[in-house]
Formats: sequence, structure tokens, C-alpha cells
Amino acid sequence: MTPILTIDNINKSFINHRALTDVSLEIPEGSVFGLLGPNGAGKTTLIRIINQISYPDSGTIFFNNKPLRRKDVENIGYLPEERGLYKKMKVGEQALYLARLKGLSKQDALKKLKYWFEKFEIEQWWDKKVEELSKGMAQKVQFIVTIIHEPQLLIFDEPFSGFDPINANLLRKEILELRQKGATVIFSTHNMGSVEEICDNIALINNSKKILEGKVNEVKKGFRTFEYEFKYEGTTSIAEKLEDRYKLISEKQLEEEQYCRIKINDASSPNELLKNVMQHATVHSFNEIIPSMNDIFIEVVNQHKTQN
Amino acid sequence: MNKTKYILKREYISRVKKKSFLLMTILGPFLFAALIAAPAWFATMEDSETKQIAVVDSSGIFDYTKVLKESITLNSQRFHTELAKDSKDLPFIGKDMKKFNEVLHIIANNRDSLLGKNLELGFVSEARKIKSNNDLPNQPFDSLAEKYARLLPLVVERLQKTKGRIQNTTSTRFHYKDFDYSTSKKAITAGDYYAVVFIPSNVLSSLKVQTYAKKSLSMGVRSHIENAIEREIENQKLRNAGIDQETLENMKTNISIASIKVTEDGEEKETRPEIAMIIGYVAGFLIYISVFMFGSQVMRGVIEEKTSRIVEVILSSVKPRQLLMGKVLGVGLVGLTQYLIWIILTAVLSALAFTFLIPSDVGQLQQQASEFMGAGGMQNVTPMVENNMGEIQEILLSIANVNWPLIIGSFLFFFIGGYMLYAALFAAVGSAVDNESDTQQFMAPITIPLVLALFVMINTINNPESMLTYWFSIIPFTSPIVMLVRIPFGVPIFDLVLSATLLVATFLAMIWLAARIYKTGILMYGSKVSYKELWKWIKMGD
Repeated sequence: MTPILTIDNINKSFINHRALTDVSLEIPEGSVFGLLGPNGAGKTTLIRIINQISYPDSGTIFFNNKPLRRKDVENIGYLPEERGLYKKMKVGEQALYLARLKGLSKQDALKKLKYWFEKFEIEQWWDKKVEELSKGMAQKVQFIVTIIHEPQLLIFDEPFSGFDPINANLLRKEILELRQKGATVIFSTHNMGSVEEICDNIALINNSKKILEGKVNEVKKGFRTFEYEFKYEGTTSIAEKLEDRYKLISEKQLEEEQYCRIKINDASSPNELLKNVMQHATVHSFNEIIPSMNDIFIEVVNQHKTQN
Repeated sequence: MNKTKYILKREYISRVKKKSFLLMTILGPFLFAALIAAPAWFATMEDSETKQIAVVDSSGIFDYTKVLKESITLNSQRFHTELAKDSKDLPFIGKDMKKFNEVLHIIANNRDSLLGKNLELGFVSEARKIKSNNDLPNQPFDSLAEKYARLLPLVVERLQKTKGRIQNTTSTRFHYKDFDYSTSKKAITAGDYYAVVFIPSNVLSSLKVQTYAKKSLSMGVRSHIENAIEREIENQKLRNAGIDQETLENMKTNISIASIKVTEDGEEKETRPEIAMIIGYVAGFLIYISVFMFGSQVMRGVIEEKTSRIVEVILSSVKPRQLLMGKVLGVGLVGLTQYLIWIILTAVLSALAFTFLIPSDVGQLQQQASEFMGAGGMQNVTPMVENNMGEIQEILLSIANVNWPLIIGSFLFFFIGGYMLYAALFAAVGSAVDNESDTQQFMAPITIPLVLALFVMINTINNPESMLTYWFSIIPFTSPIVMLVRIPFGVPIFDLVLSATLLVATFLAMIWLAARIYKTGILMYGSKVSYKELWKWIKMGD
């Protein structure tokens, strides 16, 4: 897949701290990309640079394989973490104004706004002032003005913070629908659990540096721990009965069954482990434990710490 | 640039649609009129109550009653002396003479136009009583009595002619009384009089006057009394030096200065400095007010965008500079709209005033004049009316002679220049803070030059040619206010061009500077910023 956005060796410093150090990324067209990292890692700085709100000290950004130009903002939709609307302005007027700033003609903007307002069932709010709106309503308006110009690239900075669960779900649904239609989506968040199931690719940023990048399943594969969990019938522990190449991590007595977590120490297949356990107990369930993005992140950060 | 247009349009329309804008635009001219009229109104409020002031004059300069009585006594004494000298065996008539003198004093109290005649007749008839009481021979008594009686009208006439007056004003009325210290004290405590003024007989040499009142006299009343007494003492000294009354009257002079301005192309135009002063003052003050008013609107707009967190949404579509310029221009255009409406409204109002009010005024004066003429007296009213008409026409003429296109043109130019310069700074301040209450620490660099300009402007009105005025009208931070005051007095083209060029250059520089602060500040939340940090932002660039 060709990348829609290529970030090449970006550096950015502020007065008293370094925000980005030699960051390079490729964001494949049509993917959902998770830009992950703790608060203050440099995610927002990177996103502001992509949106040309801020400029890098060095490095280049390519949009559709061409250096990023001013005009490209019209092909990018951005929902910042710090978001809001003019409180005294009417909803419709404001949506129209923001759409026109994105380069839409008046008729085009009106047509599209009508579609979205109807879809979200908020047409009756058109002539209301924003200050009269509930927070959830304002969030819907905010979402509409982010995507109204049908951009190729959508960037959401901490999208689910501040949204109530219903709107967050709606948002998720609409974003995936937009992706179906061909848009590329970047999620930037410190809450890694919230996006891992919808991201195709991720990049981890910590302390201004990219520390990990790749497809989600590949990243996860790379961080396999070869740990498996069992649930089996009975009340007796199987710990002593395991061969030496298996290591019991933990076990506990559940209500009507036994739970244990076992790690394979050599390169043997999990099938053998299953066979081994089956000799001693009636297995109810057998799962590989896949590390969460959060676990991976913590591990990678620790690795970097020990390296330095 | 297209997007700047949308921002400008939003800023403009959202403000023009506000009710407060409409209200201010329509009420503005009336408010300004009220602002000018208010001090005068308060002044009249203060003195709405007429103050009664008693004057006890022992010098005879203001009130001749006391002096007249003294003259009458002297006259009677001389009559008595001459009578004693001319007639042999004059019996003792001292007691009769004393009574005689008292009667004349009583007549002297009753001051009217026939006072001199009354005194003469009184003298003759009272003298006759003495003659018959003492069985005196007719001669030389009758001829002497006639001789001294005739002197009295002359004394009265002379005193009446030379008397000075403390003019009554709308708020103060002066009454001439014979009070002594204790009666005046009673009159004050009883509230009959607001104050009593004692003028001693030796005022010409001592130059001291005393006033007694419950409260200390107001500045206005005090200086009024002071001026009137000073003037009369001067007159009296002149009279004493042998200048007669007629010469004294002729000396009263009231020069009217026609100040004629020679324009560049040698044309002569009559100007009135008062009008130049008023125009300059109003224009300068308007700029001062509007720079503050519209500048802080820009600042509040920036803060609003920052606190409502919409700014980043907008910055994903436009550059910070575009947002800044759109805002500054949009608010500026609101200001221009307001001024254009004000100028048109004022022009229409004053055109109405000229066509309806002024002629009716002149007509009224003429009518009054003819009524006076018809009544037979007061021939001198006519020139007065003509004078008044002449003055009104003169004022109208010099208002028409004012170079309005230059003044309005430069007003608009300096308004735009001054506004842009300061609005950029206001925007920078707005971007550097999180809320309006934090703006204080950055307001000094904006406020100080503006207030300084206002002070220099007030000085300029008295002295439009001073060095201070010259430099402040060239320095861009103060020129929009100070130059406008100079313009009605006439400014060399070179000064005007220099000032305008510097202003344009400076506002471009300020916008550049402000944009650098703005684009960093606008996305900066939660930290208190210092001047040092602002300087870093300016140096930082992109």
C-alpha cells in the first residue's frame, strides 16, 4: 500500500524542551493509524506539524508523495484535543463558516451540512446558539465540521476524551464508515486500550522519540510471551505434573474450576503443552495470552531505559 | 487571502449585528454632545440657587450712599460756616443744623432718578424751616441756601456717574447696604444674605477687602468680586490721575482678531483658532477612545477564541497570521462603519441645524431690535444685533472655511494607522494570556503612550507649535492623536508625509511582531507568561 503521509526525520524543539527527535513514520493509505504515547511525548506537536499549525525545525513531510503544501489542509480533517466552538454564534452559521474555511463553496457546504445534520438528527439546532447546546450536541457539531470537507486524511487527537460513551460509539462507527469510503485515519491517544482494536498500524512515541512502529498484529506477534491460560475441571493443581520446559506463572481456584497460566520456555508448539495438560485434567478452555498495547508500551519503554 | 476574507466577514458581521453596535452608532453623536454639554450643565446645577450678597462700601467706589451722606454733611457744614461768616449775630443753630442734616440723609437713602432734585428741594425747604424758627433775616440766608442746595444735584450726578458696579450674575445678586459689623453678622446668621463684602474707605491704598459668610465663598463668586473691585480701583486710580470719565469710557476696548491663514497657493483664508481647537480636540479624543475601544475588542476576541478552544480548529484551516489579520481588519472595518455613519449623521444633523436654527435665530434678533426701536428707546440695540449676526456669520464662514476633506481624510488615515498599530499589540496581549484578568501586566506598553499622547494633545491646543507637540506628532505611537490636533491649525505637507510614512512603517512592523507572539501564544495554555518569554517567542520564528 502506498503511504498517504510520509514523515521524514522530523525535529522540533521549543524554548526549553525537545518535542520531537528524528521522528520518521509512514502512514499507509486507507489504514487506521494509532499514534500512541503518554502525555507530553510529542504526539500533539507532530499532529500540529502535519496540520501546518506549527513547523518542524528540520525534516520533511510528504502528503501523497509530494512535499506538504499549504493547500493540503483542505484534504486534512483535524479534531484537536483542545476543541471548542464560538459560544455566541449560531450552530449553522458556524458550521458553514468552518466549512468554508476548509475551502468548500457555499452551496457545497450547505448541501453537505444538511446531509450530516439530518443524519445526526440535529437539524432543529441550526439556528440555536452554541451556548444553548448540550455538550453532546456540541460534540456532534464538532465532529461534523471536522469531516465536512470529506478529507483524505482524518486526524483525531484524543478523540474519545470528553465524548460521552454514546457519542464516542457514534464517533467510532462514523469514523470506520469514512474509512470504508477510503479515508485514512490517524488516532492520537495516550489511552492505548481505547484504539488497539480498531487500528491497523501503530507507532509508539515516548520522550520525543518514536520507539516502535508497525502493523498491530505484527507488533503483537513480536511481543509474544508464549504464555497460555487454561481453565480445567477439578480442584487439584497440575503444577508438579508439568514437564521442565513449562513454567507455571500463576494458578488459582475459581468457583467450579481451576485456572492456571503457563509459559513455554523452549520453542515447542502450544499443541504439545495442550496435550501435556490434557493428560492430567479435563480442559475447559485454552488461550494464548496476547500482550495489550499498554503492556507492550511499558515493556518497550523499559527496554529503552535499560539500553540508555 | 481568500480565507482572510471569510474571517474578516465573520468578525465584521457578528459585531455589526449586535444590538450594542446599533445602539452605539445611533446614540454615539448624542452621547458625545452630552459629554461636551455635561460640564456646562453641572456648572449650572451647582449655582442654580441665586446667592444674595450684601456689599457695605465705605469707599464710594461701588455704592455712593455712604459717600453721598458724607458729602451732604460736608455741604451742610460749609453752608453753616459761610452763613456764620456772612451774617452778624447768628444765633446758635447747631441743633437745627444737625436735624436738617439728618433729614437730608433720609432723603439720600431713597435712591431714585430724582435724587439730586429731591435733595435740592429738601435742602431749600428744610433751610427755610431753620430761617423761620430762628427769625433769621432773608439775606444772606436765602442766597447761600440756594447756592449750597444747587451743589447737591451736581454731587449726586457726579457720584452716579463714577460709581462702579459689581455685575449681578445668574447665580449671584449684590445689594448695597449700610451694615455695620453686628448687623451684617445677624443678616448672615439669619440667612438673609449668603455673604457680606466690606469695602473699606481706604481700599485704594490698602487694597484689602473682607468678606463674611457662613461657608467659604466659592471660587467663582470670589474671583467675580475680586475682578470687579480690581477693575473699579484701577478706574478710580485713573480718574484720580486726572483722566475724565469720557476718556475712561473710550478706553474700554474689545479687540476681535481676524486670523487669516495663508495657504500653500497663496490663498487667504480666515480662520478662528477656537474652531480649529474644537475640531482638533474632538478628533484627537475620538481616536484615543476608539483605539482603546476597538483595540480591546480585538483583544477580547482573541481571548474568546483561546478560551473557547476553537482556535486550533481554525488554525487547521488558516494560518495564524490570516486569523490575526482577519480579526484586526474586521474590527477595524466595524470602527470605520461606525465613523462613517457618525460623520454622515453629524453632517445631516448640522445641515438641518444650519438651515433651520440659525436663520430663525437671526430673525428673532432682528424682530427684537425692531420692537425696541418701536418702543422708542435704545438706539444702540441695532448695532448689537448686527454684531451678533456678524459673529454668527463669521463662525459659519470659518466652519465652512475649515479644510474638511483634509481633516476627515487624515482622521480616517490616522484612525486606521493608529488602530492597526495598537490592535496588533492588543491581539498579541490577548494571545499571551488565558483570560481577561491576566491582561493587566501587559497593558502598560499600550496604555502609557496613549495616555501620554492625550496629555500632549491637551497641551497642543494651547500651543500647537511647540517642540513637544512636533515630536509627538511624528512619533508613530502618539502621532495618530497629536497630529490630528495639529492639522486644523495647519501642518506643513512634509511633516504630514513624514508622520504618515512612519506610522505605516511602524504598524507593519508591529503587526509582524504581534503575529510572532500571537502564533505561539494562541496555542499556549495554563502558563503565566513573562515579558522575557514574549521576547523569546518573537525571536523564535517558525
